[in-house]
Amino acid sequence: MMVRSFQGSRNGARLFGLATLVAALALIEWLVRIGVINRYVVPLPTQILASIPRIVAEENVLHRFWQTMQEVLWASLLLAVIGIALGALLYRFTILRQACETWVAALAAAPIVLAYPLFLVIFGRSATTIVAIGFAAGLAPVILKTVEGLTATRQVLIDVGRSFRLSAAQQFWKILLPAALPAVFVGLRLGLIFAMINIVGVEFLINFGGLGQLINELAERYDLPGTYGAICFVIATSIVFFACTERLERWLTPGQ
Amino acid sequence: MSGAATVSPHRRRVLVVRVAIIALVLGLWEAVAASGLLFGDVVPSLVTIGKAVVGVLGSGDFYANLTITATEIGAGLLLGGVSGLAVGILLGANRFLAHAYEALIHYLGPTPKIIFFPVMIMWFGVGSGSKIAMSAVSCFFPIVISAASGMRQIDRVLIRVGLSFRASTWQMIAKIYLPAMRQPVVNGLRLGLGVAIIGTLLAETKLSNKGVGYLIIQAYARFDMPQVYALLIVLFVVSIAANALIGRLGRPRVS
Repeated sequence: MMVRSFQGSRNGARLFGLATLVAALALIEWLVRIGVINRYVVPLPTQILASIPRIVAEENVLHRFWQTMQEVLWASLLLAVIGIALGALLYRFTILRQACETWVAALAAAPIVLAYPLFLVIFGRSATTIVAIGFAAGLAPVILKTVEGLTATRQVLIDVGRSFRLSAAQQFWKILLPAALPAVFVGLRLGLIFAMINIVGVEFLINFGGLGQLINELAERYDLPGTYGAICFVIATSIVFFACTERLERWLTPGQ
Repeated sequence: MSGAATVSPHRRRVLVVRVAIIALVLGLWEAVAASGLLFGDVVPSLVTIGKAVVGVLGSGDFYANLTITATEIGAGLLLGGVSGLAVGILLGANRFLAHAYEALIHYLGPTPKIIFFPVMIMWFGVGSGSKIAMSAVSCFFPIVISAASGMRQIDRVLIRVGLSFRASTWQMIAKIYLPAMRQPVVNGLRLGLGVAIIGTLLAETKLSNKGVGYLIIQAYARFDMPQVYALLIVLFVVSIAANALIGRLGRPRVS
Protein backbone atom coordinates (compact mmCIF):
# COMPACT_ATOMS: atom_id res chain seq x y z
CA MET A 1 0.00 0.00 0.00
CA MET A 2 2.80 2.36 1.02
CA VAL A 3 4.78 1.43 -2.09
CA ARG A 4 1.75 2.21 -4.22
CA SER A 5 1.21 5.61 -2.57
CA PHE A 6 4.93 6.40 -2.96
CA GLN A 7 4.72 5.44 -6.64
CA GLY A 8 1.57 7.56 -6.90
CA SER A 9 3.29 10.60 -5.40
CA ARG A 10 6.26 10.03 -7.72
CA ASN A 11 3.98 9.96 -10.76
CA GLY A 12 2.17 13.03 -9.42
CA ALA A 13 5.49 14.87 -9.11
CA ARG A 14 6.45 13.90 -12.67
CA LEU A 15 3.08 15.12 -13.89
CA PHE A 16 3.62 18.37 -12.00
CA GLY A 17 7.05 18.76 -13.64
CA LEU A 18 5.54 18.22 -17.07
CA ALA A 19 2.67 20.62 -16.30
CA THR A 20 5.06 23.42 -15.22
CA LEU A 21 7.06 22.87 -18.42
CA VAL A 22 3.90 23.25 -20.51
CA ALA A 23 2.88 26.29 -18.42
CA ALA A 24 6.31 27.89 -19.00
CA LEU A 25 5.95 27.35 -22.76
CA ALA A 26 2.43 28.85 -22.65
CA LEU A 27 3.81 31.87 -20.74
CA ILE A 28 6.56 32.34 -23.36
CA GLU A 29 3.94 32.08 -26.13
CA TRP A 30 1.89 34.82 -24.44
CA LEU A 31 4.91 37.06 -23.77
CA VAL A 32 6.02 36.75 -27.41
CA ARG A 33 2.50 37.47 -28.67
CA ILE A 34 2.13 40.66 -26.58
CA GLY A 35 5.62 41.77 -27.65
CA VAL A 36 7.45 41.56 -24.31
CA ILE A 37 9.83 39.02 -25.87
CA ASN A 38 11.13 39.91 -29.32
CA ARG A 39 9.78 37.34 -31.81
CA TYR A 40 12.90 37.80 -33.96
CA VAL A 41 14.92 36.38 -31.07
CA VAL A 42 12.51 33.84 -29.60
CA PRO A 43 9.89 32.43 -32.00
CA LEU A 44 6.47 31.31 -30.79
CA PRO A 45 6.59 27.83 -29.22
CA THR A 46 3.65 26.85 -31.47
CA GLN A 47 5.73 27.94 -34.49
CA ILE A 48 8.61 25.79 -33.25
CA LEU A 49 6.27 22.83 -32.85
CA ALA A 50 4.86 23.40 -36.33
CA SER A 51 8.38 23.63 -37.80
CA ILE A 52 9.32 20.10 -36.71
CA PRO A 53 7.26 18.23 -39.37
CA ARG A 54 8.51 20.77 -41.94
CA ILE A 55 12.19 20.21 -41.15
CA VAL A 56 11.62 16.45 -41.00
CA ALA A 57 10.18 16.54 -44.55
CA GLU A 58 12.26 19.31 -46.16
CA GLU A 59 15.64 18.89 -44.48
CA ASN A 60 15.82 15.13 -44.86
CA VAL A 61 16.10 14.65 -41.12
CA LEU A 62 15.88 10.86 -41.21
CA HIS A 63 18.85 10.68 -43.56
CA ARG A 64 20.81 13.10 -41.35
CA PHE A 65 19.85 11.08 -38.27
CA TRP A 66 21.15 7.94 -39.98
CA GLN A 67 24.39 9.76 -40.91
CA THR A 68 25.00 10.74 -37.27
CA MET A 69 24.09 7.24 -36.10
CA GLN A 70 26.54 5.73 -38.61
CA GLU A 71 29.32 7.92 -37.18
CA VAL A 72 28.32 6.91 -33.65
CA LEU A 73 28.29 3.23 -34.67
CA TRP A 74 31.76 3.43 -36.25
CA ALA A 75 33.13 5.24 -33.21
CA SER A 76 31.55 2.68 -30.85
CA LEU A 77 32.96 -0.21 -32.88
CA LEU A 78 36.44 1.32 -32.65
CA LEU A 79 35.91 1.96 -28.94
CA ALA A 80 34.87 -1.63 -28.31
CA VAL A 81 37.74 -3.19 -30.27
CA ILE A 82 40.62 -0.84 -29.40
CA GLY A 83 39.42 0.31 -25.96
CA ILE A 84 38.85 -3.19 -24.58
CA ALA A 85 42.09 -4.46 -26.15
CA LEU A 86 44.10 -1.62 -24.56
CA GLY A 87 42.35 -2.24 -21.22
CA ALA A 88 43.24 -5.95 -21.41
CA LEU A 89 46.85 -5.03 -22.26
CA LEU A 90 47.11 -2.75 -19.21
CA TYR A 91 45.59 -5.51 -17.05
CA ARG A 92 47.99 -8.14 -18.41
CA PHE A 93 51.14 -6.06 -17.78
CA THR A 94 50.91 -4.60 -14.28
CA ILE A 95 53.93 -2.36 -14.69
CA LEU A 96 52.44 -0.86 -17.84
CA ARG A 97 49.18 -0.22 -15.98
CA GLN A 98 50.97 1.49 -13.10
CA ALA A 99 52.90 3.62 -15.57
CA CYS A 100 49.94 4.61 -17.77
CA GLU A 101 46.75 4.54 -15.70
CA THR A 102 47.09 8.15 -14.46
CA TRP A 103 47.78 9.27 -18.03
CA VAL A 104 44.61 7.56 -19.24
CA ALA A 105 42.65 9.20 -16.41
CA ALA A 106 44.12 12.58 -17.43
CA LEU A 107 43.06 11.84 -21.03
CA ALA A 108 39.49 11.39 -19.78
CA ALA A 109 39.56 14.94 -18.36
CA ALA A 110 41.39 16.52 -21.32
CA PRO A 111 39.32 18.77 -23.63
CA ILE A 112 40.13 16.63 -26.69
CA VAL A 113 37.39 18.15 -28.85
CA LEU A 114 39.32 21.44 -28.83
CA ALA A 115 41.89 19.74 -31.04
CA TYR A 116 39.33 19.44 -33.85
CA PRO A 117 41.30 21.81 -36.14
CA LEU A 118 44.17 19.34 -35.84
CA PHE A 119 41.92 16.41 -36.80
CA LEU A 120 40.63 18.48 -39.73
CA VAL A 121 44.16 18.91 -41.05
CA ILE A 122 44.96 15.22 -40.63
CA PHE A 123 41.71 13.62 -41.89
CA GLY A 124 40.14 16.47 -43.88
CA ARG A 125 36.59 17.81 -43.56
CA SER A 126 35.02 14.38 -43.63
CA ALA A 127 33.16 11.81 -41.55
CA THR A 128 36.56 10.29 -40.64
CA THR A 129 37.41 13.44 -38.65
CA ILE A 130 34.10 13.25 -36.78
CA VAL A 131 34.48 9.52 -36.04
CA ALA A 132 38.12 10.03 -34.95
CA ILE A 133 37.17 12.77 -32.48
CA GLY A 134 34.25 10.70 -31.15
CA PHE A 135 36.59 7.74 -30.71
CA ALA A 136 39.34 9.81 -29.01
CA ALA A 137 36.81 11.41 -26.65
CA GLY A 138 35.30 8.06 -25.59
CA LEU A 139 38.48 5.97 -25.36
CA ALA A 140 39.58 6.72 -21.78
CA PRO A 141 36.44 5.49 -19.91
CA VAL A 142 36.42 2.23 -21.92
CA ILE A 143 40.06 1.52 -21.05
CA LEU A 144 39.66 2.47 -17.38
CA LYS A 145 36.48 0.48 -16.86
CA THR A 146 37.90 -2.58 -18.67
CA VAL A 147 40.96 -2.54 -16.39
CA GLU A 148 38.68 -2.08 -13.36
CA GLY A 149 36.43 -4.99 -14.39
CA LEU A 150 39.29 -7.37 -15.15
CA THR A 151 41.10 -6.47 -11.91
CA ALA A 152 37.93 -7.10 -9.88
CA THR A 153 37.50 -10.66 -11.20
CA ARG A 154 37.11 -12.99 -8.20
CA GLN A 155 40.25 -15.00 -7.46
CA VAL A 156 38.20 -18.19 -7.12
CA LEU A 157 37.12 -17.92 -10.78
CA ILE A 158 40.71 -17.44 -11.90
CA ASP A 159 41.74 -20.46 -9.79
CA VAL A 160 38.99 -22.57 -11.38
CA GLY A 161 40.41 -21.65 -14.79
CA ARG A 162 43.91 -22.59 -13.63
CA SER A 163 42.70 -25.91 -12.25
CA PHE A 164 41.30 -26.70 -15.72
CA ARG A 165 44.71 -25.75 -17.13
CA LEU A 166 43.26 -23.12 -19.45
CA SER A 167 45.69 -21.31 -21.71
CA ALA A 168 46.11 -17.53 -21.27
CA ALA A 169 43.75 -16.89 -24.21
CA GLN A 170 41.14 -19.34 -22.87
CA GLN A 171 41.46 -17.81 -19.42
CA PHE A 172 40.74 -14.38 -20.94
CA TRP A 173 37.79 -15.40 -23.15
CA LYS A 174 36.16 -17.92 -20.77
CA ILE A 175 36.81 -16.41 -17.33
CA LEU A 176 38.13 -12.84 -17.25
CA LEU A 177 36.08 -11.16 -19.97
CA PRO A 178 32.68 -12.65 -18.96
CA ALA A 179 33.37 -11.69 -15.31
CA ALA A 180 34.38 -8.16 -16.31
CA LEU A 181 31.47 -7.61 -18.75
CA PRO A 182 29.29 -5.48 -16.43
CA ALA A 183 32.13 -3.00 -15.80
CA VAL A 184 33.19 -3.14 -19.47
CA PHE A 185 29.67 -2.29 -20.52
CA VAL A 186 29.53 0.66 -18.10
CA GLY A 187 32.75 1.92 -19.74
CA LEU A 188 31.33 1.39 -23.22
CA ARG A 189 28.18 3.26 -22.29
CA LEU A 190 30.19 6.21 -20.92
CA GLY A 191 32.43 6.13 -23.97
CA LEU A 192 29.41 6.07 -26.27
CA ILE A 193 27.88 9.09 -24.51
CA PHE A 194 31.15 11.06 -24.80
CA ALA A 195 31.42 9.99 -28.46
CA MET A 196 27.82 11.02 -29.24
CA ILE A 197 28.24 14.46 -27.59
CA ASN A 198 31.44 15.15 -29.47
CA ILE A 199 30.16 13.82 -32.79
CA VAL A 200 27.09 16.10 -32.83
CA GLY A 201 29.22 19.01 -31.56
CA VAL A 202 31.87 18.62 -34.25
CA GLU A 203 29.19 18.18 -36.94
CA PHE A 204 27.87 21.57 -35.87
CA LEU A 205 31.32 23.18 -35.70
CA ILE A 206 32.62 22.00 -39.08
CA ASN A 207 29.20 22.14 -40.75
CA PHE A 208 29.43 18.57 -41.99
CA GLY A 209 27.47 15.35 -41.44
CA GLY A 210 24.06 14.85 -39.88
CA LEU A 211 22.10 16.49 -37.07
CA GLY A 212 24.78 18.97 -35.93
CA GLN A 213 25.08 20.34 -39.46
CA LEU A 214 21.29 20.70 -39.69
CA ILE A 215 21.26 23.16 -36.73
CA ASN A 216 24.16 25.12 -38.22
CA GLU A 217 22.51 25.37 -41.66
CA LEU A 218 19.15 26.49 -40.27
CA ALA A 219 20.84 29.08 -38.02
CA GLU A 220 22.85 30.44 -40.97
CA ARG A 221 19.60 30.77 -42.96
CA TYR A 222 18.10 32.59 -39.95
CA ASP A 223 15.21 30.12 -39.95
CA LEU A 224 14.43 30.74 -36.27
CA PRO A 225 11.58 28.26 -35.67
CA GLY A 226 13.54 25.69 -37.70
CA THR A 227 16.72 26.24 -35.61
CA TYR A 228 14.82 25.89 -32.33
CA GLY A 229 12.90 22.90 -33.74
CA ALA A 230 16.15 21.19 -34.84
CA ILE A 231 17.69 21.79 -31.38
CA CYS A 232 14.59 20.20 -29.79
CA PHE A 233 14.93 17.27 -32.22
CA VAL A 234 18.62 16.75 -31.29
CA ILE A 235 17.78 16.97 -27.55
CA ALA A 236 15.00 14.40 -28.03
CA THR A 237 17.38 12.13 -29.97
CA SER A 238 20.03 12.43 -27.24
CA ILE A 239 17.47 11.67 -24.52
CA VAL A 240 16.23 8.56 -26.37
CA PHE A 241 19.82 7.48 -26.99
CA PHE A 242 20.88 7.86 -23.33
CA ALA A 243 17.68 6.20 -22.08
CA CYS A 244 18.25 3.23 -24.45
CA THR A 245 21.86 2.75 -23.33
CA GLU A 246 20.71 2.98 -19.70
CA ARG A 247 18.04 0.31 -20.26
CA LEU A 248 20.53 -1.88 -22.15
CA GLU A 249 23.00 -1.58 -19.29
CA ARG A 250 20.34 -2.59 -16.74
CA TRP A 251 19.32 -5.52 -18.94
CA LEU A 252 22.91 -6.71 -19.34
CA THR A 253 23.78 -6.28 -15.68
CA PRO A 254 20.80 -7.70 -13.78
CA GLY A 255 20.97 -7.46 -9.99
CA GLN A 256 23.60 -4.67 -10.04
CA MET B 1 63.12 0.82 6.25
CA SER B 2 62.79 -2.53 4.48
CA GLY B 3 59.42 -1.37 3.14
CA ALA B 4 61.05 1.65 1.59
CA ALA B 5 63.81 -0.56 0.15
CA THR B 6 61.28 -2.91 -1.52
CA VAL B 7 59.05 -0.10 -2.84
CA SER B 8 61.85 1.97 -4.28
CA PRO B 9 63.05 -0.40 -7.06
CA HIS B 10 59.46 -0.99 -8.10
CA ARG B 11 58.81 2.74 -8.37
CA ARG B 12 62.04 3.09 -10.29
CA ARG B 13 60.86 0.43 -12.74
CA VAL B 14 57.55 2.27 -13.23
CA LEU B 15 59.52 5.48 -13.84
CA VAL B 16 61.74 3.71 -16.37
CA VAL B 17 58.66 2.40 -18.22
CA ARG B 18 57.15 5.90 -18.24
CA VAL B 19 60.34 7.47 -19.58
CA ALA B 20 60.61 4.69 -22.18
CA ILE B 21 57.02 5.28 -23.36
CA ILE B 22 57.56 9.05 -23.60
CA ALA B 23 60.84 8.51 -25.47
CA LEU B 24 59.15 6.04 -27.85
CA VAL B 25 56.27 8.42 -28.60
CA LEU B 26 58.57 11.40 -29.11
CA GLY B 27 60.94 9.29 -31.24
CA LEU B 28 58.02 8.07 -33.40
CA TRP B 29 56.76 11.63 -33.74
CA GLU B 30 60.19 12.89 -34.84
CA ALA B 31 60.56 9.96 -37.28
CA VAL B 32 57.16 10.70 -38.87
CA ALA B 33 58.03 14.42 -39.03
CA ALA B 34 61.33 13.68 -40.77
CA SER B 35 59.90 11.00 -43.11
CA GLY B 36 57.54 13.32 -44.98
CA LEU B 37 54.88 10.56 -44.94
CA LEU B 38 52.18 13.05 -43.97
CA PHE B 39 51.33 16.26 -45.79
CA GLY B 40 53.98 18.93 -45.03
CA ASP B 41 53.78 20.57 -41.59
CA VAL B 42 50.91 18.37 -40.32
CA VAL B 43 53.44 16.76 -38.00
CA PRO B 44 56.12 19.41 -37.38
CA SER B 45 59.36 18.48 -35.64
CA LEU B 46 59.49 18.70 -31.85
CA VAL B 47 62.01 21.52 -32.03
CA THR B 48 59.60 23.58 -34.15
CA ILE B 49 56.74 22.89 -31.70
CA GLY B 50 59.02 23.77 -28.76
CA LYS B 51 59.92 27.08 -30.40
CA ALA B 52 56.23 27.77 -31.04
CA VAL B 53 55.41 27.07 -27.37
CA VAL B 54 58.13 29.52 -26.31
CA GLY B 55 56.75 32.02 -28.83
CA VAL B 56 53.20 31.65 -27.45
CA LEU B 57 54.37 32.02 -23.84
CA GLY B 58 56.42 35.10 -24.72
CA SER B 59 53.63 36.82 -26.63
CA GLY B 60 51.58 39.58 -25.01
CA ASP B 61 48.79 38.92 -27.50
CA PHE B 62 48.35 35.41 -26.09
CA TYR B 63 47.99 36.69 -22.52
CA ALA B 64 45.50 39.36 -23.61
CA ASN B 65 43.36 36.68 -25.30
CA LEU B 66 43.85 34.26 -22.40
CA THR B 67 42.56 36.96 -20.03
CA ILE B 68 39.43 37.38 -22.18
CA THR B 69 38.79 33.62 -22.29
CA ALA B 70 39.46 33.24 -18.56
CA THR B 71 37.06 36.12 -17.79
CA GLU B 72 34.34 34.53 -19.94
CA ILE B 73 34.85 31.13 -18.30
CA GLY B 74 35.00 32.67 -14.82
CA ALA B 75 31.82 34.73 -15.31
CA GLY B 76 30.01 31.70 -16.73
CA LEU B 77 31.22 29.50 -13.88
CA LEU B 78 29.98 32.08 -11.38
CA LEU B 79 26.53 32.33 -13.00
CA GLY B 80 26.16 28.61 -13.71
CA GLY B 81 27.75 27.68 -10.38
CA VAL B 82 25.55 29.87 -8.17
CA SER B 83 22.33 28.95 -10.02
CA GLY B 84 23.37 25.27 -10.20
CA LEU B 85 24.12 25.22 -6.50
CA ALA B 86 20.77 26.84 -5.65
CA VAL B 87 18.81 24.42 -7.87
CA GLY B 88 20.85 21.47 -6.56
CA ILE B 89 20.15 22.38 -2.92
CA LEU B 90 16.46 22.78 -3.73
CA LEU B 91 16.26 19.41 -5.51
CA GLY B 92 18.31 17.69 -2.84
CA ALA B 93 16.16 19.07 -0.03
CA ASN B 94 12.75 18.49 -1.62
CA ARG B 95 11.85 14.99 -2.78
CA PHE B 96 8.78 16.17 -4.70
CA LEU B 97 10.79 18.68 -6.75
CA ALA B 98 13.49 16.06 -7.30
CA HIS B 99 10.93 13.63 -8.77
CA ALA B 100 9.44 16.44 -10.84
CA TYR B 101 12.61 17.84 -12.44
CA GLU B 102 15.63 15.63 -11.80
CA ALA B 103 14.95 13.28 -14.74
CA LEU B 104 14.90 16.32 -17.03
CA ILE B 105 18.28 17.51 -15.71
CA HIS B 106 19.70 13.98 -15.78
CA TYR B 107 18.90 13.63 -19.49
CA LEU B 108 19.63 17.24 -20.53
CA GLY B 109 23.00 17.10 -18.78
CA PRO B 110 24.84 14.99 -21.34
CA THR B 111 23.39 16.62 -24.50
CA PRO B 112 25.99 18.50 -26.57
CA LYS B 113 25.68 22.10 -25.30
CA ILE B 114 27.37 23.62 -28.34
CA ILE B 115 24.10 23.13 -30.28
CA PHE B 116 22.64 25.97 -28.14
CA PHE B 117 25.24 28.40 -29.48
CA PRO B 118 23.07 29.78 -32.33
CA VAL B 119 20.39 30.57 -29.72
CA MET B 120 22.98 32.21 -27.43
CA ILE B 121 24.16 34.39 -30.31
CA MET B 122 20.57 35.53 -30.93
CA TRP B 123 20.01 36.27 -27.25
CA PHE B 124 23.37 37.76 -26.24
CA GLY B 125 25.06 38.80 -29.49
CA VAL B 126 28.35 37.71 -31.04
CA GLY B 127 30.53 39.23 -28.29
CA SER B 128 31.56 37.89 -24.89
CA GLY B 129 27.93 37.61 -23.71
CA SER B 130 27.20 34.52 -25.81
CA LYS B 131 30.45 32.85 -24.63
CA ILE B 132 29.65 33.57 -20.98
CA ALA B 133 26.18 32.08 -21.56
CA MET B 134 27.74 28.98 -23.16
CA SER B 135 30.06 28.61 -20.18
CA ALA B 136 27.15 29.03 -17.73
CA VAL B 137 24.86 26.55 -19.54
CA SER B 138 27.70 24.00 -19.83
CA CYS B 139 28.66 24.04 -16.15
CA PHE B 140 25.11 24.33 -14.75
CA PHE B 141 24.16 20.64 -15.15
CA PRO B 142 27.12 18.86 -13.49
CA ILE B 143 26.94 21.32 -10.58
CA VAL B 144 23.19 20.74 -10.07
CA ILE B 145 23.62 16.96 -10.14
CA SER B 146 26.59 17.03 -7.71
CA ALA B 147 24.92 19.53 -5.34
CA ALA B 148 21.65 17.55 -5.26
CA SER B 149 23.45 14.29 -4.49
CA GLY B 150 25.69 16.05 -1.93
CA MET B 151 22.64 17.51 -0.24
CA ARG B 152 21.13 14.02 0.14
CA GLN B 153 24.35 12.70 1.67
CA ILE B 154 24.37 15.23 4.53
CA ASP B 155 24.21 13.57 7.92
CA ARG B 156 20.63 14.01 9.24
CA VAL B 157 22.05 14.72 12.70
CA LEU B 158 23.73 17.90 11.40
CA ILE B 159 20.45 19.08 9.92
CA ARG B 160 18.60 18.32 13.17
CA VAL B 161 21.25 20.26 15.13
CA GLY B 162 20.72 23.29 12.86
CA LEU B 163 16.94 23.01 13.21
CA SER B 164 17.15 22.62 17.00
CA PHE B 165 19.12 25.91 17.11
CA ARG B 166 16.26 27.44 15.06
CA ALA B 167 18.66 28.43 12.28
CA SER B 168 17.09 30.45 9.47
CA THR B 169 17.14 29.10 5.88
CA TRP B 170 20.21 31.21 5.05
CA GLN B 171 21.97 30.12 8.24
CA MET B 172 21.16 26.48 7.41
CA ILE B 173 22.66 26.92 3.92
CA ALA B 174 25.75 28.83 5.09
CA LYS B 175 26.48 26.94 8.35
CA ILE B 176 25.19 23.40 7.72
CA TYR B 177 24.52 22.52 4.08
CA LEU B 178 27.48 24.13 2.27
CA PRO B 179 30.23 23.05 4.74
CA ALA B 180 28.78 19.50 4.87
CA MET B 181 28.60 19.12 1.11
CA ARG B 182 31.92 20.76 0.27
CA GLN B 183 33.45 17.68 -1.39
CA PRO B 184 30.57 16.93 -3.83
CA VAL B 185 30.21 20.63 -4.63
CA VAL B 186 33.93 20.91 -5.39
CA ASN B 187 33.71 17.77 -7.55
CA GLY B 188 30.77 19.35 -9.39
CA LEU B 189 32.77 22.56 -9.84
CA ARG B 190 35.70 20.58 -11.27
CA LEU B 191 33.43 18.82 -13.75
CA GLY B 192 31.69 22.12 -14.44
CA LEU B 193 34.98 23.91 -15.07
CA GLY B 194 36.02 21.22 -17.59
CA VAL B 195 32.83 21.53 -19.62
CA ALA B 196 32.77 25.34 -19.25
CA ILE B 197 36.28 25.51 -20.76
CA ILE B 198 35.18 23.30 -23.65
CA GLY B 199 31.93 25.21 -24.22
CA THR B 200 33.58 28.64 -24.18
CA LEU B 201 36.52 27.69 -26.37
CA LEU B 202 34.37 25.87 -28.94
CA ALA B 203 32.12 28.93 -29.12
CA GLU B 204 35.21 31.09 -29.65
CA THR B 205 36.40 28.84 -32.47
CA LYS B 206 32.96 29.01 -34.09
CA LEU B 207 32.33 32.76 -33.99
CA SER B 208 34.57 35.28 -32.25
CA ASN B 209 37.28 37.85 -32.81
CA LYS B 210 39.06 37.39 -29.50
CA GLY B 211 40.01 34.70 -26.99
CA VAL B 212 42.24 31.61 -27.15
CA GLY B 213 39.68 29.69 -29.26
CA TYR B 214 39.89 32.49 -31.83
CA LEU B 215 43.71 32.26 -31.79
CA ILE B 216 43.51 28.49 -32.43
CA ILE B 217 41.12 28.80 -35.37
CA GLN B 218 43.16 31.68 -36.82
CA ALA B 219 46.34 29.60 -36.63
CA TYR B 220 44.45 26.73 -38.32
CA ALA B 221 43.19 29.08 -41.06
CA ARG B 222 46.79 30.23 -41.72
CA PHE B 223 47.87 26.56 -41.65
CA ASP B 224 50.36 27.48 -38.93
CA MET B 225 50.39 23.99 -37.41
CA PRO B 226 53.25 24.52 -34.91
CA GLN B 227 51.19 27.42 -33.50
CA VAL B 228 48.06 25.17 -33.30
CA TYR B 229 50.03 22.49 -31.43
CA ALA B 230 51.62 25.09 -29.14
CA LEU B 231 48.29 26.71 -28.26
CA LEU B 232 46.68 23.33 -27.58
CA ILE B 233 49.59 22.23 -25.36
CA VAL B 234 49.51 25.46 -23.34
CA LEU B 235 45.72 25.30 -23.12
CA PHE B 236 45.74 21.69 -21.86
CA VAL B 237 48.34 22.57 -19.20
CA VAL B 238 46.35 25.65 -18.07
CA SER B 239 43.11 23.56 -17.93
CA ILE B 240 44.75 20.83 -15.85
CA ALA B 241 46.29 23.43 -13.50
CA ALA B 242 42.93 25.21 -13.01
CA ASN B 243 41.24 21.86 -12.37
CA ALA B 244 43.90 20.89 -9.81
CA LEU B 245 43.51 24.29 -8.11
CA ILE B 246 39.77 23.79 -7.64
CA GLY B 247 40.44 20.20 -6.48
CA ARG B 248 42.59 21.61 -3.66
CA LEU B 249 39.57 23.47 -2.31
CA GLY B 250 37.84 20.15 -1.68
CA ARG B 251 40.61 18.70 0.48
CA PRO B 252 39.97 18.81 4.20
CA ARG B 253 42.19 21.31 6.03
CA VAL B 254 44.77 19.79 8.36
CA SER B 255 45.32 21.95 11.41
